[in-house]
Amino acid sequence: MTTAPAGTVTQAVPLRLRERIRHWLDSEPVLAYLFMSPGWLILLLFMSYPFFLGIWISLTDRTVGLPSGEFVGFRNYAELLRDRTFHLTVMNTFIYGFVTVPFKLVLGLLLALLLNQAFPMRNVLRAALLLPWIVPTALSSLAWLMLYDAVLSPFSWLLKNWGLIESNIAFLGTRTNAIISLCIANIWRGTPFFAVAILAGLQAVPQELHEAAAIEGANRVQRFLAVTLPVIKGILVITTLFSIIWTFADFQLVYVLTKGGPANSTHIFGTYAWQIGIGGAGKLGIGAAISLYMFPVLAVLSAILLRYVRSQEA
Amino acid sequence: MAQVIYDHVTKRFDGVIAVNDLTLEVKDGEFLVLVGPSGCGKTTALRCLAGLEEVTSGDIIIGDRVVTHIPPKDRDIAMVFQNYALYPHMTVYENMAFGLKLRKMPKQEIDRRVKEVAEMLGIQDLLNRKPRQLSGGQRQRVALGRAIVREPQVFLMDEPLSNLDAKLRVQTRGELIKLQRRLGVTTIYVTHDQVEAMTMGHRIAVMNQGVLQQLDTPENLYDHPANLFVATFIGSPAMNIFPARVVTGEGTVRLVAGDVTLEAPAEHRGRLAEYANREVLVGIRPEDLIVQPGQVSEDRQLRLPVEIVEPLGSETLVHLRGPAGALIAKADPHLHFSPGELASVRVKIEHMHAFDPQTELALF
Repeated sequence: MTTAPAGTVTQAVPLRLRERIRHWLDSEPVLAYLFMSPGWLILLLFMSYPFFLGIWISLTDRTVGLPSGEFVGFRNYAELLRDRTFHLTVMNTFIYGFVTVPFKLVLGLLLALLLNQAFPMRNVLRAALLLPWIVPTALSSLAWLMLYDAVLSPFSWLLKNWGLIESNIAFLGTRTNAIISLCIANIWRGTPFFAVAILAGLQAVPQELHEAAAIEGANRVQRFLAVTLPVIKGILVITTLFSIIWTFADFQLVYVLTKGGPANSTHIFGTYAWQIGIGGAGKLGIGAAISLYMFPVLAVLSAILLRYVRSQEA
Repeated sequence: MAQVIYDHVTKRFDGVIAVNDLTLEVKDGEFLVLVGPSGCGKTTALRCLAGLEEVTSGDIIIGDRVVTHIPPKDRDIAMVFQNYALYPHMTVYENMAFGLKLRKMPKQEIDRRVKEVAEMLGIQDLLNRKPRQLSGGQRQRVALGRAIVREPQVFLMDEPLSNLDAKLRVQTRGELIKLQRRLGVTTIYVTHDQVEAMTMGHRIAVMNQGVLQQLDTPENLYDHPANLFVATFIGSPAMNIFPARVVTGEGTVRLVAGDVTLEAPAEHRGRLAEYANREVLVGIRPEDLIVQPGQVSEDRQLRLPVEIVEPLGSETLVHLRGPAGALIAKADPHLHFSPGELASVRVKIEHMHAFDPQTELALF
């Protein structure tokens, strides 16, 4: 009668183990690391590994198709400094990033202010506004390709019909035209992000602040400058920095519209790195070096962004 | 400083009447409290005066100017909001100076006024801080200071104390009263708190469902409520109300409710006689029921069972089983009551109220 069922004896050990695991999981530091580990894993696998691999490749003469290359130190970087196309690429990227963003900011702000007013069908318009941002860039870029077509462009057709021009505009035919065209398409695609972010910010401005200012004697413009703008300042800074970073790292729009042409004159970092590294020459080492030249700029911008976000949290 | 007049002001929102034909005159230098339950239209009435809401019909007069269609900034008023509405990116000094700067006042004058008012409110050490670095009480003072520096004709205050904790609220209440009496600026103060209303206002306007119920001094509201709503809204716990039948006899008028019979006060017999053999609503404040535990051999005493006892320290609330539902009585805190036992109750007949059951207007 005192014989215990066989099961309980063999279970005693796992039970104690389970107890220990449970005890261990009760500890907050252990749990904290446990919860962070998936994030760390993703960062290591998909961010850190490719990043460091990229740095390594940029220091070799590796090419597509060959298993590995020789270590060449900073030769790739030095070579790029003598490359005229690379010089153009750097200039283009800065023009692309720093010319489009102010337009996106101002247009986005105006759109947000407009959409913050009450009028019929406002919600429909708000949703429609997001379209350029939602539609995959590869697709919308194709639409722009058609709009900029040397023969079929509706812009040229319209202007010709109005008698403003005599022959079609070569939207993508010269460097200046192509860069302006790229910037316009980029502004079209990026403005909704600003508008939506700023609209969210505007809706967070307490109505009472406007009322208080109105009673104190501020007109609409004064209220915008003294109340609205300071309250949404944080959002303006953050969206601007994000947009600069994204524009710097763009690829699709330029790749679809010009592929860097004419005559390699409209490349930005992304497209030139692709062309040298994979597309044409297959020189992976130099391609990686081109991408990494972008790194310091993006690192500085990201650092400013992070610092700003943290200072706002404090 | 100025008088304020609401002249048949009505405000509709999409078919909902928020303020219904409000006519009200606030005297120069008066502290008038607008009080009522939430949704009664008191805040809307204030916002109409501020110019933050356009009135649907009627006129608003400040001083001797009709301001009905004048924008807020030209009405010469200052408003203190419930959430203070301090500009988060400005320091206390800048918050207070903002309105003066907009009016292109010389810098030295702004500086003098801001510092003087800051001193008056005891916030002179906070002038360089941002609102988020301040406690609730300090923010409240800054909001008040911002209104005072403007030296407006009228102060509008929309529940300015409701975000403070109970202790600070009582303290600030007192300071606000002193301040208003000292500055002598006409003040219109909105609250849902009847204690604030009773303690602060020279006169109180009680509102319900957009309609002004009664405009009177705190004493008169308490002693002579115009209708059932005011009677039950003012006073805490609320006035006990129960229906009773009017029975007239030889030279007497009695009020009979269940097995309780009350002798009507002599001066109101005539008024009650009009309701002979009909029902009226009898109102008795908890403080007008004198309760004692056990049986007291005295005339005109009721004996009612005790249901709940709530000792509050300064007084004890005794819930009695009355003729129609519970009757609450305020008792001496040193008396001991037990639920289930009988208590002796004497009604202060002279403080009794009666209301018409249909119109709910006070008979006396």
